Order: sequence, then C-alpha cells, then structure tokens
Amino acid sequence: MANEPDRDKALRLLHDMLRIRRFEEKTAELYSGGKIRGFLHLYIGEEAVAAGAIPVLHPEDAIVATYREHGHALMRGTPMGALMAELYGKVDGCSRGRGGSMHFFDASRRFYGGLAIVAGGLPIAVGIALGDKLQSRAGVTACFFGDGATAEGEFHESMNLAALWKLPVLFLCENNLYAMGTEIHRYESQTDIAAKAQGYGMPGEAVDGMDVLAVEAAMRKATDHARAGNGPSLLEFQTYRFRAHSMYDAELYRNKHEVEEWKEHDPIKNFEGRMHEWKCLTSDDLVSMEAAIAKEIDEAVAFAEAGTWEPLGDLTKDVYTT
Amino acid sequence: MRKLTYREAVREGLHEALRSDPRAFLMGEDVGKYGGAYACSRGLLEEFGPERIRDTPLSESTFVGAGIGAALNGMRPIVEVMTVNFSLLALDQIVNNAATLRHMSGGQLSVPLVVRMATGAGRQVAAQHSHSLEGWYAHIPGIKVLAPATVTDARGMLLAALREPDPVFIFEHSYLYPQEGEMEDEAGPADLTHAAIRRPGAGISVITYGGSLWKALKAAEDLAAEGIDAEVIDLRSLRPLDGDTIIASVRKTHRALIVDEGWRTGSLSAEISAQIMEGAFYDLDAPVDRICSAEVPIPYPKHLEDVALPQPATIVAAVKRMLEKGT
Repeated sequence: MANEPDRDKALRLLHDMLRIRRFEEKTAELYSGGKIRGFLHLYIGEEAVAAGAIPVLHPEDAIVATYREHGHALMRGTPMGALMAELYGKVDGCSRGRGGSMHFFDASRRFYGGLAIVAGGLPIAVGIALGDKLQSRAGVTACFFGDGATAEGEFHESMNLAALWKLPVLFLCENNLYAMGTEIHRYESQTDIAAKAQGYGMPGEAVDGMDVLAVEAAMRKATDHARAGNGPSLLEFQTYRFRAHSMYDAELYRNKHEVEEWKEHDPIKNFEGRMHEWKCLTSDDLVSMEAAIAKEIDEAVAFAEAGTWEPLGDLTKDVYTT
Repeated sequence: MRKLTYREAVREGLHEALRSDPRAFLMGEDVGKYGGAYACSRGLLEEFGPERIRDTPLSESTFVGAGIGAALNGMRPIVEVMTVNFSLLALDQIVNNAATLRHMSGGQLSVPLVVRMATGAGRQVAAQHSHSLEGWYAHIPGIKVLAPATVTDARGMLLAALREPDPVFIFEHSYLYPQEGEMEDEAGPADLTHAAIRRPGAGISVITYGGSLWKALKAAEDLAAEGIDAEVIDLRSLRPLDGDTIIASVRKTHRALIVDEGWRTGSLSAEISAQIMEGAFYDLDAPVDRICSAEVPIPYPKHLEDVALPQPATIVAAVKRMLEKGT
C-alpha cells in the first residue's frame, strides 16, 4: 500500500472520485428523464483509475480513451458544463453535440476521444506517440481501454509496434472483468493481462484499480519510464463497474452477490475510510465537498439546458475541412 | 514532356514530398529496405533514413491507425498499404476513425493522412489479390478517393493529396506501374476536383478511371477507325465525383457507357448511372450501359481472368450495341 498522502492531496483525490461519481449519477437520472439518449456507459466503481492516473500527466501529454470516458474527460479538465451539454447533444458540448456520451473530444487538452470501437484507439495512440517522437517533443500518450480490447488484434499489433519503435505510450487497461456481458474467463486464454506485456518485451504490472494511490504510483513509474525514452508499458488496473454495461443492459450475466462483494471495495468509500484512519477527513470536509460538487453539477445541467441545438444547415459542416 | 514509368512517377512524387515537407514520412510494409512491393520507394531509405522511411510489421490496422494518430499530431504521414486486398484489415481505422474524427469532434480535429495502395486485376494473381474496391471507399463521406491513371497524375495527385487537410486514399492500378507515359513539364500538384476529358468526341461518353482508362482509349481508337467518335472521361477523383463534367459530356453526346473494373452490383458505376439519370435523363438517346467485372472472384487462369474483366473489345461491342439501339 502506498504511503499516506498529505491532507490536501488526499482531499483532492477524494473530491475527484466523488465528482466523477456524482456527475454520472446525475447523467443516469437525466437518461431516465429522457434528456440524454443513445448509449450511456457509466464508470461508477472505476473512478480510482482516472482519478489516480490522469493527474500524473502533463499538459503536453495526450489521452486516448474509450466510450466509457466521462471520468477521464472530467479529470483532464474539460469543463463539466461542456460535457453535460455534449450529453444533451447541444452545440455547446465538447464535440458540438455531435458525439454524445461515447465521443468526448477536447483538442485543446489533447483529449483525442471518446472512441467507441473496442481497441480502435490503440493504433491512434501509437501514432500520436510516433508524432511526438518524430517532432522531438516530450509528450507521452496515455491510452485507456478495457479488458475486452485485449482480445482484439489491434491490441497485439499496437503493443508490438509501440515496443518495436520504443514509443512513449502508456497502455492502460481498465480490467473490469467483463467484455460487455462476457466474463474474462470465457473469452481469454490468458486472463493475466499484465503478463501479456512480456510477449512484447515491455514492463507490465497488475495494479489494484480500486486504490487511487496504487494507481497513481504505478502510473508515475510508467510515465517516468516512457519519458526517459524507454518505451511503452502496460498497466492492468483491476477494477469493477458497479452499474450495468450501458443503460440498455439487463445484467443477466453476473449475479448480484458478486456485485455486492465488489462494492465492499468501493474506491471512494475505502479511501474515505483510510482518510479517517489518517485523521485527515472531517464530516465538515465531506459536507462541503458534496455541496461544491452538487453546485457544479447543477450549473452544468443549467448550462446544458440553456444550450442551443446546432443549426440544421450545419449538418454537413466539417465532413471535410474545406 | 519526358517519358517515365508510372512507378517512377510515384517515386518522384514521394521524393518531392519528403524533400519539401519535413512533416512528411512514409510507412508501410516493405517500403524501406525492400524498396516497396512495387518498387515505388526504392532508394528513399538510403536518402531519407529510417526515421522517415519506416518499414512496418504486417499490421495494417495498426499502421494505418498510427498514420491517423501521427496526422492528428502534426505530421503528414504517407502510408503505403501494399494492396487494396490488405486494406480490408485496416477498414476499422479507415471507416470508424479517419472518416469520422473531424465531423464527430465538431471540427476540432483533422486527419491530414495520405494512404496509397495498389488496386485491380489483370496480372493472374487470383481472387485474393485482384480486388478493385475503390468504389467501396468512395461510398464513405469524410475521405477523398483518387485514382490516378497517368504518370502526371501519379506524381501530381500525391503532391496535391499531401496539401489536403483531410484523409486522402490513392488507388494505383497495379497494371500501370511498369507502363510508360509522358510527364508534362513543370507538372506540380494536380487539380483534385475535375475529371479530365482524355479524348474529346461527339458520339458517346465513355466514363472510366484508373487502369480501365487505357482500355477505354484503346477501344475509342478502334471505334474511330470505324467512324465512331467516342469521348473518354477519366474521373480521376472518385470521391468527390465531378458530376458536372459527366453531365456536360452526356448532354453533348447523348449516350453514356461506364467502364469500371469493380463489380457491377452496388458499384461506383451504378452511382454514376444514377447521377446521369438525375441530371441528364432527357438528354439521353439510349439507356446508360455499364461494362464491369464479372460477378465472380477473379480467377487465376488467363483466359478466365481476361473474360472476367472489362476489355477494349467488350467496350467496342457495347458502344456499337448502344449506337444501334439508339435513335
């Protein structure tokens, strides 16, 4: 277990995880109310990964994420209002409302999606890192993907190419044990994902993805390795989603007992408990933290509600640049 | 004017691109040490070094995707996918990423990527190495699709493609690589928006592109000997299509034959036919006709392959049939 952080840092980590969770709880509510449509994949249960990993990155670094990327965009600093407006499909959204939940983009923060084809982001991450290398830039590229992606050819191809060319890519697997509704034992011949790094001659490490400090420590090691010019690493964050795969999922493939067991490892509750042990969390802290987050969410919803729809005449704008 | 082969023209284009733009680099299977499966990049590794001439693993999806990523990040990648047949392994990156990222991100991103590949049949390499799928690619909004048929276009379209802010796919008919042609002096980056009338005529419009252009021109020559004056249009760009040039030609000749090495069903030739119906129906003196590849996997033996593909003789026969039928 990682060392005890100072109070400010601990409060920040707790706040960041709680902020993702409350935001997503609100989006689920808005989905039920019909304000948000399409697919909505919630990250609830997995917050420690984004909250631990992303603050380690620098502004010049790049992020490629998946269709379960609300937390990543929040952590990267895209304003919550722009994310909520995107979920509403409003032009004020971070992708002008064109992408919705699965396609958050924020070029100004080097956030390259929001990509919804499993493993499709890995080759792009390799190319962004290649671009940095060819232009002698210092950046690293953090590529998030789920355990299901490790069964795709693009995972293996990308690991091979990044290692071959010693590119500064961080392969960050959020292993929540299910490829949509299929449990990892039912689709992987080798369920030890971190071990797959060996096949490509890169470091691989399994990390407790429910422990925000463990995530941060592993991420720091991997980014230092990449920044020093030693090439890519694979980190397997072992985590669990508490909600269904998407709002359409009836969850017929896993039992409630398993979900309840994992909730014992809730990254937020556990971190709160540890902060109490360290005596760096008061009930006032929690109350004011919740209030600040609730206010931010209310403002984000108001921003989205007040947002406008893209004019119909702009439908074909930006299919091409010119 | 000077004579050179199509592959030399492609190589000149690559050389010029690498020399003039430090952001340009070439990657793909066997582009470096081997010099390119069709020898288009021979000598470039020696001149530009392994950072800019990058041999890749046999990982089409990933090196095309890496091209997208590098393009997003300020580079001007030229990706060689050895043949259109192998490009099927990269369709996810092409269709789901290259074509969508600009629109889906609300205009924040652009993908200035150039992908080149060989296409077409006619070399007895059997069904899995003989596809002509450029018409498929032309179906997809968000990418541009080019089919240079001449040496001037082989070089100039590549140079023009590198100036495009969006993904451009260039289909080079494999039959053309060893063919010689006349390069226009001072030929710079090509115009990518207009079809070219390669042979003006008044009797019928023969609309084609790529490797089939030469078959159509041969057919037009044979027809001329019989007093039939065919106009031959080289589409050059398959997406966007230059509908104006097609329609203007049909309005003049009142007949249209489309020659497309792709399969007939759901093809680019069908799209062109539909555009003629929409834009010039009342100008037609005969139904639009099409010469396409037979709807079979292209077979290996020469006699079967020949009959499966558009040929000058089948074009000549179709034109005569149309003229007899017409008023």
